[in-house]
Amino acid sequence: MTTEQPTLASPPPDKISGKRARRQLSALAGFVITLFLTFLGLLAITFFIGRVIPIDPVLAVVGDRATQAQYDAAKIAMGLDRPLYEQFVSYVVNVFSGDLGRSVSTGRAVADDLSRFFPATFEMATLGILIGVALGVPLGVTAAARQGSWLDQAIRVVGLLGYSVPAFWLGLVGLAIFYARLRWVGGPGRLDIFYDGLVSPVTGMILIDSLIQGEIDIFWNAVWHIVLPASVLGFFSLAYIARMTRSFMLDQLSQEFVTTARVKGVPERVVIWRHAFKPIRVPLITVIGLSYAGLLEGSVMIETVFSWPGIGNYLTTALLNADMNAVLGSTLVIGSVFIVINKVSDVLYRVLDPRAR
Amino acid sequence: MTTRDWLLADSPTSRLQANVGRAYRVFTALLRNPLSVLGGIIILVLLLTALFAPLIAPFSPTGQNLSQRLLPPSGVNWMGTDELGRDIFSRVVWGSQITLTIVALVALISAPLGLLIGAIAGYFGGWIDKILMGFTDIFLSLPKLILALAFVAALGPGINNAIIAIAITSWPAYARIARAETLTIRNAEYISAVQLAGAGPIRVIVQHILPLCTSSMIVRVTLDMAGVILTAAGLGFIGLGAQPPLPEWGAMISRGRTFILDQWWVATMPGFAIIIVSLGFCFLGDGLRDVLDPKSEGKS
Amino acid sequence: MSPLLEVENLRVSFPTHSGRVEVVKGLSFTLGRERLGIVGESGSGKSMTGRSILKLIRKPGEVTADKLRFDGIDILDQSEKQMRAIRGARISMVMQDPKFSLNPVMSVGEQIAEALMTHQKLGRREVQQRILDMLTAVRINDPERVAKLYPHEVSGGMGQRIMIAMMLIPEPELLIADEPTSALDVSVQAQVLDIIDDLVTRKGMGLILISHDLALVSRYCDRILVMNAGRVVEECAAGQLAEAQHPYTRGLLAAMPVIDETRDELPVLDRTQWAGT
Repeated sequence: MTTEQPTLASPPPDKISGKRARRQLSALAGFVITLFLTFLGLLAITFFIGRVIPIDPVLAVVGDRATQAQYDAAKIAMGLDRPLYEQFVSYVVNVFSGDLGRSVSTGRAVADDLSRFFPATFEMATLGILIGVALGVPLGVTAAARQGSWLDQAIRVVGLLGYSVPAFWLGLVGLAIFYARLRWVGGPGRLDIFYDGLVSPVTGMILIDSLIQGEIDIFWNAVWHIVLPASVLGFFSLAYIARMTRSFMLDQLSQEFVTTARVKGVPERVVIWRHAFKPIRVPLITVIGLSYAGLLEGSVMIETVFSWPGIGNYLTTALLNADMNAVLGSTLVIGSVFIVINKVSDVLYRVLDPRAR
Repeated sequence: MTTRDWLLADSPTSRLQANVGRAYRVFTALLRNPLSVLGGIIILVLLLTALFAPLIAPFSPTGQNLSQRLLPPSGVNWMGTDELGRDIFSRVVWGSQITLTIVALVALISAPLGLLIGAIAGYFGGWIDKILMGFTDIFLSLPKLILALAFVAALGPGINNAIIAIAITSWPAYARIARAETLTIRNAEYISAVQLAGAGPIRVIVQHILPLCTSSMIVRVTLDMAGVILTAAGLGFIGLGAQPPLPEWGAMISRGRTFILDQWWVATMPGFAIIIVSLGFCFLGDGLRDVLDPKSEGKS
Repeated sequence: MSPLLEVENLRVSFPTHSGRVEVVKGLSFTLGRERLGIVGESGSGKSMTGRSILKLIRKPGEVTADKLRFDGIDILDQSEKQMRAIRGARISMVMQDPKFSLNPVMSVGEQIAEALMTHQKLGRREVQQRILDMLTAVRINDPERVAKLYPHEVSGGMGQRIMIAMMLIPEPELLIADEPTSALDVSVQAQVLDIIDDLVTRKGMGLILISHDLALVSRYCDRILVMNAGRVVEECAAGQLAEAQHPYTRGLLAAMPVIDETRDELPVLDRTQWAGT
């Protein structure tokens, strides 16, 4: 009888771990390098936007009533008399040392501004993604399990609406209905005015800070205010996540091993969650990561609508004031978070899938 | 032989017959899907509205009439009037021209650009591929809307700059697709045959590779149009896109913001226009994908 | 004793753009505790026959039959819940390619355990022991280690033996083997079929071996059905295959190459002899 030797299928354990460790190390190195290159690319783009496109960046800073002497002084102070590559190098050095320049409109360092505004955005986007995952994944799975049913159609339409409804419009309509008419939620801003400034920022996230400081009233007031913007963001991530989950699930449900499970007499619920859903958890992490990054982007619009003091609001204010340092700083921060989430979910994929190990 | 037989012939006798036959098959397959028919109708209506805006709109899109300001929707003003007494329906109708212009120009700039970059990268491979795709990947891993905002901030507000900014941020996805397609075609026998016949790289790419990328490109561009409309509206909403008094839908919503609590129609009506048109592109794109490129479902 | 399986006028159809298309058109046969081979080219409806016995044709596919009885139970009358008690426990199926039919993210042991525990309440240690015994029964040398592997870590032949172990562990009475070896290397095909044959004979089970390979089926089965375009065109004992009457069967036999071949060209099926189209 010829039974294949087990060694043919896989090398002995000690050999595996050595190989695996080396492969993981080189994967890590590759990850760091691409992360660095992508970040450098982002810097090149922001540099290009800030220093190359504007016909005269000096003029934008000093204004058109400046004297020639003031103009020249500003030009030298900004380093614009030096060749472009030197300017780029010093730009990169500055960014890596945390210097993003000074905001014209707030008069503070852009880096300081951003670190103050970021937590509000982070708080809202995180709540949004939680809503999106909690609803989107079960909806997508259900839609796939009952392909063709009215529920499936409804979820499909919701998914497409996620691609076709302007976020800012949905925010406005939400405010008109749930705040102005029904009074179910708080209006714009993070808190009612009379609660403002009562909680000293620790993490910058008001839900957490108020709890730490035992201000239960403020906590509930903050919840009342964050529910609507977070739900609007949540709707968009729900739409995307449900759509992707549905399509992944349909793919899995048509696989032979799902039939195998049915042949074994496994209940349909187990077929769906253990057999079809389990393999898609890994690609879903990527989808959720992308959706989360997308929410940071979407929050730019939502924050404008809800006067939410986050990075998006900061960015739009800066845009309208042609405050380039602030614009580029915000672009850099949002872009970096975007890149990191993107790449990390990519790596997670490789670490978590038994087939890729 | 009927026209239908000629169209569906298994062995067409001319290139024209093959092309027309294929188009006919795609068309009939689309007709079987009610949602894509709906999408097609929506886009057709958009085209007609833009074309015949002067005939359709009952009032001037810019003519102010302060005695008629903020009127609710009625038989005369179907969508009500705005804070300057302008008829919102007329403005929405005229706004279709702006939306259509943005969509068309973005598609015309970014799709060929992406197509060309992707095909060159895929065809030549090696370091050309590495550089072009490295560049593309950097763009792809950045948030589109933010990037577009930053570009417009540098270029200055306005509808032309908005179009440029959106086009700059949209091409990388197309480059990706074109490269992938090119890689699968590049080593095909008939490409070698063309090369042996003495065709240079430009001829091979333009005449033999690009045409084969078009169907997946059409699908992708159609699906992306909803995103383009939303981004353009977003730029308009923030005040960086089309400038007043242009009846751009996003900018109209922005103006209506102040009145959202009492005169809800000022901000909501243009929003419906955006949603319907975007949905139209989504429906049509979904249908086209099912017909032309069924394998790409879910990869977006 | 009533036969294990009775099939009368089985029809399976699917909707297409041009109306419903029948892929099985009125199939009838009975099966005792014996080995039945169903042979036919791809698209002849043989796989659909296997799946309809397990009631695994999903909507919009449709199955009808005058009679579809397993051990006296009317399959078409059973609820989904009642079917689950039959699937795996009483009728099981080995599928074509272990690369696709084993779950890629569950270990081999987990998947076999699931087949057993869906139908029987057993202690952990007992389950473990049964799995190891079963893996040994399908001639896997190192069952403890193999049980911990993932499907992508085993070869095709081993994967199919794992599949067999998984399908036989609840001790069903009927095994359907749907092209069990066509995805495997020629060198391990015989081995896998020997294992199936050995276990089926030892436990006195019924076997339906679905294949496109006449020679293989005639070697491992007692009786043979030849299917073409959804219909049975020939039914005979394996030994009498050489005396088959139907032109399709004769054509298939003639198209088989023989060692020491002297023909210049293998004949191609001439379909005009039996097909109306």
